[in-house]
Amino acid sequence: MTLTPPIPPESYADFLTPEELRRIQLHRLREIVTLAYDNVQLTRKRMTDRGVKPDHLKSLADVRNLPFMEKNDLRDTYPYGLFARPMKDIVRLHASSGTTGKPIVVGYTREDLAVWTNVMCRTMAACGLHAGDVVQNAFGYGLFTGGLGAHYGAEGLGATVIPISGGNTERQILVMQDFGVTAICSTPSYFVHLIESIEKMDGSFGKMKLRTGVFGAEPWTEGMRAYIQDRAGIKAYDIYGLTEIIGPGVATECCRQSGLHVFEDHFLMEVVDPKTGASVPDGEEGELVLTTLSKRATPMIRFRTHDITAMVSAPCPCGRTLRRILRVTHRSDDMMIIRGVNVFPSQIESALLKVETSLPHYQIVLLRKEGLDQIEVQVEVTEEMFRDRIGALEQLQRQFTSAIEHVIGLRAEVRLVEPQSIARSQGKAKRVLDKRNEGGAP
Amino acid sequence: MKVKQLSVFLENKPGRLGHPCEVLAAAGINILTLCLADTEKFGLLRLIVDDPEKARKALEKAGCAVNVADVLAIEVADHPGGMEAVLAVLEPAGINVDYMYAFTLKRGRNAIMIVRFSDTDKAMDLLKKNGINVLKSVALYEST
Repeated sequence: MTLTPPIPPESYADFLTPEELRRIQLHRLREIVTLAYDNVQLTRKRMTDRGVKPDHLKSLADVRNLPFMEKNDLRDTYPYGLFARPMKDIVRLHASSGTTGKPIVVGYTREDLAVWTNVMCRTMAACGLHAGDVVQNAFGYGLFTGGLGAHYGAEGLGATVIPISGGNTERQILVMQDFGVTAICSTPSYFVHLIESIEKMDGSFGKMKLRTGVFGAEPWTEGMRAYIQDRAGIKAYDIYGLTEIIGPGVATECCRQSGLHVFEDHFLMEVVDPKTGASVPDGEEGELVLTTLSKRATPMIRFRTHDITAMVSAPCPCGRTLRRILRVTHRSDDMMIIRGVNVFPSQIESALLKVETSLPHYQIVLLRKEGLDQIEVQVEVTEEMFRDRIGALEQLQRQFTSAIEHVIGLRAEVRLVEPQSIARSQGKAKRVLDKRNEGGAP
Repeated sequence: MKVKQLSVFLENKPGRLGHPCEVLAAAGINILTLCLADTEKFGLLRLIVDDPEKARKALEKAGCAVNVADVLAIEVADHPGGMEAVLAVLEPAGINVDYMYAFTLKRGRNAIMIVRFSDTDKAMDLLKKNGINVLKSVALYEST
């Protein structure tokens, strides 16, 4: 058995016997479903409609009788409709983008934060971090869960955390060189941007102590991992999580870099057919469905992540008994992940409609320039929009840009294009063109 | 008299200007003068043609975004201070020149300027009162 040294006490739960693990899961499942049934109107109503009660849960397989939850449930009950605990018990709020204008809000009790810190400690430990590491946390701090999640995990492990947050590339490089940074947390695409910036400045990773990268918040490929490991001379690990469930800390790779261990003591996983909702056999591809076993503020029961993966039940040579999922590379819906931010085409559409009441034809083009994701929104000029003055057209461009930024929190490059210039297939325009993985560099 | 000017939206990339010109040629429309304005991302082709209505229909049918605006064709004396004399009439009245461009040929000793004003009617009144020749569209076509 190969263990990455040293294993902190928090990680002991990674090595439970399957029997112990299932017993803990069933116990926690009953507790959390009871909490949601008693306190969340939507859960109670849906369970009642199906004729199920919390005490019908006799085994873990019985979870399949419970109704699913969707991201839209958070939108429909915005902001606090799914909270199972009173506000006096909520010590933290985080938010993520919803499918249209408004964000979705999740809450954490003090115990929830302890669970989150625990799973993030275990994440960092599985990536080989320990006390003595100097961790540059380049995930964004704020409503986004990445920054604070990684922060508490690394700090909980006893590592030295540099809470630098995202952006300001020059300062990131200065800190990485001068502070003796041994590990970095960021989105993989931002790290590629750092690599390219360092190379442009004639800098070298050879002189740095950087050894490990903990990357997440967006899908990335094995090709990108090879590029990062080769160019920066580090080990690059994939971590997985989502705001609705807890943030980062749902699953992580270990030293084997072969699938992500799900922290099953806190999250119950199922893989289902995205169309029928029926469970698929182990090893087959399907949509990941998660139930929070320990989260009290906003318990999620059978939450449809829309992330496509497959469950790996074979034991991992690292010794962890937690089952694994394959890297998530695509989704069953049209959600895009841009610089770690979740964006739906419907959000961009709603922003365009705020400026022009009759929706113009548009196309979202995702590009990667120097490692950074860029969004370009091409809008076909219509008779109604067209003005003879350059200033008026530029103002229209600015209005689109600011409406989009207002909704998704990211700056998109709006480009006015000629009528009929966006390709249509069977009369319907293809809304998203993802060109991020085209060309040489990832 | 006001002159009808057509504006066509163009993306700022090679080959885009050819399309509207081809469309007009095919429809047998003569371009009397034109002006191309550009920004980093897009361009505007402004045209004075012999049959603006026919040209508009042809361009729209070919999928172009077309805008029709009223502009004035003004005779400006071709000597130092000629342009200044025109502006001196308009500026005190708060009329703004949005843009202007020169016509391709002269009328006698005078140049002809195509001007888009913030207030076309007011500009026309003032110019006429001050003895500046605003060409009738007919006169404009005849001069070619």
